[in-house]
Amino acid sequence: KNQVHNLQELRRSASLATKVFIQRDYSDGTICQFQTKFPPELDSRIERQLFEETVKTLNGFYAEAEKIGGSSYLEGCLACATAYFIFLCMETHYEKVLKKISRYIQEQNEKIFAPRGLLLTDPVERGMRVIEISIYEDRCSSGSSSSGSSSGSGSSSAGGGGAGAR
Amino acid sequence: MSVMVVRKKVTRKWEKLPGRNTFCCDGRVMMARQKGIFYLTLFLILGTCTLFFAFECRYLAVQLSPAIPVFAAMLFLFSMATLLRTSFSDPGVIPRALPDEAAFIEMEIEATNGAVPQGQRPPPRIKNFQINNQIVKLKYCYTCKIFRPPRASHCSICDNCVERFDHHCPWVGNCVGKRNYRYFYLFILSLSLLTIYVFAFNIVYVALKSLKIGFLETLKETPGTVLEVLICFFTLWSVVGLTGFHTFLVALNQTTNEDIKGSWTGKNRIQNPYSHGNIVKNCCEVLCGPLPPSVLDRRGILPLEESGSRPPSTQETSSSLLPHSPVPTEQLNSNEMPEDTSTPEEMPPPEPPEPPQEAAEAEK
Repeated sequence: KNQVHNLQELRRSASLATKVFIQRDYSDGTICQFQTKFPPELDSRIERQLFEETVKTLNGFYAEAEKIGGSSYLEGCLACATAYFIFLCMETHYEKVLKKISRYIQEQNEKIFAPRGLLLTDPVERGMRVIEISIYEDRCSSGSSSSGSSSGSGSSSAGGGGAGAR
Repeated sequence: MSVMVVRKKVTRKWEKLPGRNTFCCDGRVMMARQKGIFYLTLFLILGTCTLFFAFECRYLAVQLSPAIPVFAAMLFLFSMATLLRTSFSDPGVIPRALPDEAAFIEMEIEATNGAVPQGQRPPPRIKNFQINNQIVKLKYCYTCKIFRPPRASHCSICDNCVERFDHHCPWVGNCVGKRNYRYFYLFILSLSLLTIYVFAFNIVYVALKSLKIGFLETLKETPGTVLEVLICFFTLWSVVGLTGFHTFLVALNQTTNEDIKGSWTGKNRIQNPYSHGNIVKNCCEVLCGPLPPSVLDRRGILPLEESGSRPPSTQETSSSLLPHSPVPTEQLNSNEMPEDTSTPEEMPPPEPPEPPQEAAEAEK
């Protein structure tokens, strides 16, 4: 049974063990893609396939945002014709896709990652450089999804320097 | 009885951003620190066009056609709009790595370099990547603590890594990079057209009026004409040349930085992997491609730490036009030789004003 976790709850009561950073994959040029290589730190926490699927979906979204084609040219030319004033009232295609990505990440966090004590950070908050995955310590049995009962150390969410990398 | 309204000061992220940028309008506007030459650019354009509209246009509209000032106005407005867009927008600054991320990368680097035998100098921090079947090196930026994406470069004037870094332009008071290159190009293009237009019609005006009242009388009546012609003449040589140079770059999908460093030219160098091989495609991508939004999040609100309420003051969070300088940043590590390519606009194509820095940078 997947419980939908309150992510704030997770951050407050569990303690941050470490963070993993999925780097960018530049083999296709400068477009925004992330490496699908499975980091060893996640080995015991999440199935490889689930992780790869998430990253591949994200890559697909970014490819859609940066797609060069008829519609992007149209947007570019229209914007140029209005001396770019149209951006004061209209959202660009890229921004729309970024919103979709943010909703997707939240959904993934709620359904898949939080129950496993993990938290994905939207790459846009890290300058599109990395996908940051925070790994929280699993106090109880590894399979279950309980947030660790509050011990004194409390939370250290992304703001504090977590225990470096192991 | 007056009510004391205590306003909490909201700290926005732009106030704490590292780098040597100036922010205005509560983070909406972002420029380099030195803005003197930008004000000069504004003054020259506004001044020349004001003189043109005030004097020559009135005569020419009557004598020739009212369309003349209309076109001039359109060109003027377009070039001002693109200038302000270039100057005020985020060129594509890559935010610096947070401490966790920096530590993670350092660890990775140590792990990779661990294989270096004793007694040898530790290798420079470079990662090799393959793009479209060609090897491209990624350099590590000591200031920003990241591996720079391909085509990104660190601007020493603004102290930021900028994506698809072209050059730092003092005339627009900002770096030119991925997000504002098209505005910059359209600005110099429209400015070239405007300059040619004003120059041409000044000549026409002088010619027409001289026929009636003589050359010297014409100059005495509208002395501004001489000024306009002079400004346009010098601007022509520089801006039109620059436009030609950038048209060449756009057609080949190159940046000024790459052109100056000769990244893709020369016998043993690789070909530009970013070019589509087709001029039209390159132009379309550079000028009409999708526009990535800024990842700096200047107007995001920082979590309140200690800044609680302040004594009431008027207009604190409303947009103020006074530039706020962010907190000064750390010094550049001497190992990092940042590219400094400010383009002098006097000669086309632009020559780098500081060759020694370029040479020393080399391929570390």
